[in-house]
Amino acid sequence: MSTTPSSPLHLAVALDGTGWHPASWRDPVARPRDLFTAGYWADLVAEAERGLLDFVTFEDGLGLQSTHRLQPDGRTDQVRGRLDAVLLAARIAPLTRHIGLVPTTVVTHTEPFHISKAIATLDYVSTGRAGLRVRVTARPNEAAHFGRRTIPRLDDYESPAAREVLTGLFDEAADYVEVVRRLWDSWEDDAEIRDTATGRFIDRDKLHYIDFEGRHFNVKGPSITPRPPQGQPLVSALAHRTVAYRLVARQADIGYVTPHDPGEAHSIVAEIRAEQEAAGRAGRPLHIFGDLVVFLDDDPAAATARRERLDALAGYPYAGDARVFTGTPAQLADLLQELRSAGLSGFRLRPAVLGHDLPAITRELVPELQRRGVFRRAYEADTLRGLLGLARPANRYAATATA
Amino acid sequence: MSKPLKQIHLAAHFPGVNNTTVWSDPEAGSHIEFSSFAHFARTAERAKFDFLFLAEGLRLREQGGKIYDLDVVGRPDTFTVLAALAAVTEHLGLTGTINSTFNEPYEVARQFASLDHLSGGRSAWNVVTSWDAFTGENFRRGGFLPQEERYSRAKEFLATAGELFDSWRGDEILADQADGTFLRDAKAGSFVHSGRHFDIEGQFDVPRSPQGRPVIFQAGDSDEGREFAASSADAIFSRYATLQDGQAFYTDVKNRLAAYGRRHDQLLILPAATFVLGDTDAEAEELAKEVRRQQVSGATAIKHLEFVWNRDLSSYDPDGSLPDVDPDVGEDHIARGRAQVRMYRDPLATAREWRELAAANNWSIRDLIIETGNRQSFIGSPATVAKTINDFVQADASDGFILVPHITPGGLDGFADKVVPLLQEQGVFRTEYEGPTLRDHLGLAHPDDARDERVAS
Repeated sequence: MSTTPSSPLHLAVALDGTGWHPASWRDPVARPRDLFTAGYWADLVAEAERGLLDFVTFEDGLGLQSTHRLQPDGRTDQVRGRLDAVLLAARIAPLTRHIGLVPTTVVTHTEPFHISKAIATLDYVSTGRAGLRVRVTARPNEAAHFGRRTIPRLDDYESPAAREVLTGLFDEAADYVEVVRRLWDSWEDDAEIRDTATGRFIDRDKLHYIDFEGRHFNVKGPSITPRPPQGQPLVSALAHRTVAYRLVARQADIGYVTPHDPGEAHSIVAEIRAEQEAAGRAGRPLHIFGDLVVFLDDDPAAATARRERLDALAGYPYAGDARVFTGTPAQLADLLQELRSAGLSGFRLRPAVLGHDLPAITRELVPELQRRGVFRRAYEADTLRGLLGLARPANRYAATATA
Repeated sequence: MSKPLKQIHLAAHFPGVNNTTVWSDPEAGSHIEFSSFAHFARTAERAKFDFLFLAEGLRLREQGGKIYDLDVVGRPDTFTVLAALAAVTEHLGLTGTINSTFNEPYEVARQFASLDHLSGGRSAWNVVTSWDAFTGENFRRGGFLPQEERYSRAKEFLATAGELFDSWRGDEILADQADGTFLRDAKAGSFVHSGRHFDIEGQFDVPRSPQGRPVIFQAGDSDEGREFAASSADAIFSRYATLQDGQAFYTDVKNRLAAYGRRHDQLLILPAATFVLGDTDAEAEELAKEVRRQQVSGATAIKHLEFVWNRDLSSYDPDGSLPDVDPDVGEDHIARGRAQVRMYRDPLATAREWRELAAANNWSIRDLIIETGNRQSFIGSPATVAKTINDFVQADASDGFILVPHITPGGLDGFADKVVPLLQEQGVFRTEYEGPTLRDHLGLAHPDDARDERVAS
């Protein structure tokens, strides 16, 4: 009934600024002045790799961070400003060897052709460790940064009008991912032939126009970048409600969800699996990762005190979309195992304070999970797909050609 | 009294999808794997070059309705590979070609600002334009521009990106942990741009980068292109790697600067240049001929002839004589996604000229394409090449060169090992990097200093 004891638990860490608590930058271990240097991020990812984590994600957006969902907040007491996540991941790639690198991209305002080649290239520069987290934005201020479309102001997410807007944005995101994926397959793996006898560098019959025609945009193809090492880098998305679960079910390899207890985890997983079935993708491997913000200390009271101290500095009690866990690594290990038995295959932990909670994950939680026999003791694969137990997919166009 | 010697600027272009690249050479490696780019960049940095340069393509070339398959096809994404190269180099400038037609200023500005942060101030942007519907088919904005609008959009794109770069002064981030002030100014990054092509406002989200703005490069030989460079660029790429043509271009472009209140040294002229090295000049000449024949196979010669004739010539023998039929001057061109077809503005005249040349010299089609194509710029022993390059620069044919080897990734190694030391001995090329940023290498002021200077003057 539950996952077999030998099935591995997957662990990722979400990197953003100095951590997920809005006052994390004020912790003495934080390095807020280094946020815009490569060295800062290289150190974080090296730490995550030391802990044998499957991958890291890099947050991103197309506007300043805000405590409001749909508009800037004008605050000056929190970290503001960010580097482009794809470039950041690429900058780290040559410095690491095993860990997966998953930058965030906002699909509402960018071009699928550009991001397809960017992630394919990230896969080349990391030799098979690239992923992508797609993100939709309904923020009118971010739309104004581009000036190409307006997005109506949504007062809440539940009104029929808001649902229609969000459904449109997520449908567009699904088309976007479809284009990205087709472009990754638009070169067959053996398209480069270097045939000196005929002078042909490629066999052009192994390059394919993707001819995507959708409601939001059309894209011709093929990509300018050959098929990446993993064939299909990992596509992931964070999902909080049905419209996003549908995107995960239709187009992702990994969905990040935010259950607050095992019961909720169970029902979210059931909903996503049902959406998968409805989309005709029931058998397709799809990881569902639980997202948790974590405060980790050897003494539960210390973790609570740390959280309270940061809440006081922030001026309000922090509560995000995801459950905030406060406790010891052993307690977190218990919770992860419990949630896993509800159908989650892994977790994306969001360290409350990166400088403190990331090392707590890699140096205390990971050894605890290893003692319990549920986490790897060494990297067992060279690619991110390999770490996640996913085979390298066949090329859809090659399959069609031989069918 | 002789004037002091000019310092030479050198850069390296990782060549790809043109027939410069001899992919059939046993020494030719991957043009996609990162190890190739890393090797190339490390060689350029070992040689103390100013920067590495990557071109861009947004649609695979076609000829006669089919993907062109005789040259290298495919390349990595410019930003991504440059960011990765920042990890394996410390000083080398990282120059990327990014199109102003199929991008938006906010996104491109944050990518270049990010690259500048992640490289410690080594980013440069080669601003190019495109307008064609062929490329547009790969983009959600789909459409394209009327040709006459492309510089208009490019200028406004660059100006808008500049407003975004300048929207942070550089002192906004306090990160004062004790008093809890991260940002000094809640309005940091605020911008409003209202223009013909872009109507945008909000807050830019990348703080000011080490160089303030990336270094701006521009290519483009038309009168409009030269004006654009004179008004807005820090350096211009040119095609003129011969002495007289180079001098004419150099004089023309430098003379345009004054109209924009700029000095001669605020715009560098850097032609692309190929080279072939040998132990002796004679050996290099022999090798150069061989390389040209590798670059222009019979099949390649026919395809290049089609650029002018604009029709299928596949039934012609490359070792035979030129077609008697005249070029087809129709609207549609047989080659798509290729800039150089625009070089032949009057195909009938070119065809006449080529027939005369071929007849006078008894050239076959392949001979003609080899002889009229871009020849190697510098051929000779290391001493000859070093001397020629220095002579060109001292004679104001350029401020330096962007070297394009015919083999990747190892084609730069010989130049680094044999020619650069000679230039260093002559005192015309650096032996150590003077500073950490690309602006330092190129002798360009930081934009903030330039601003201060304007204010003061």
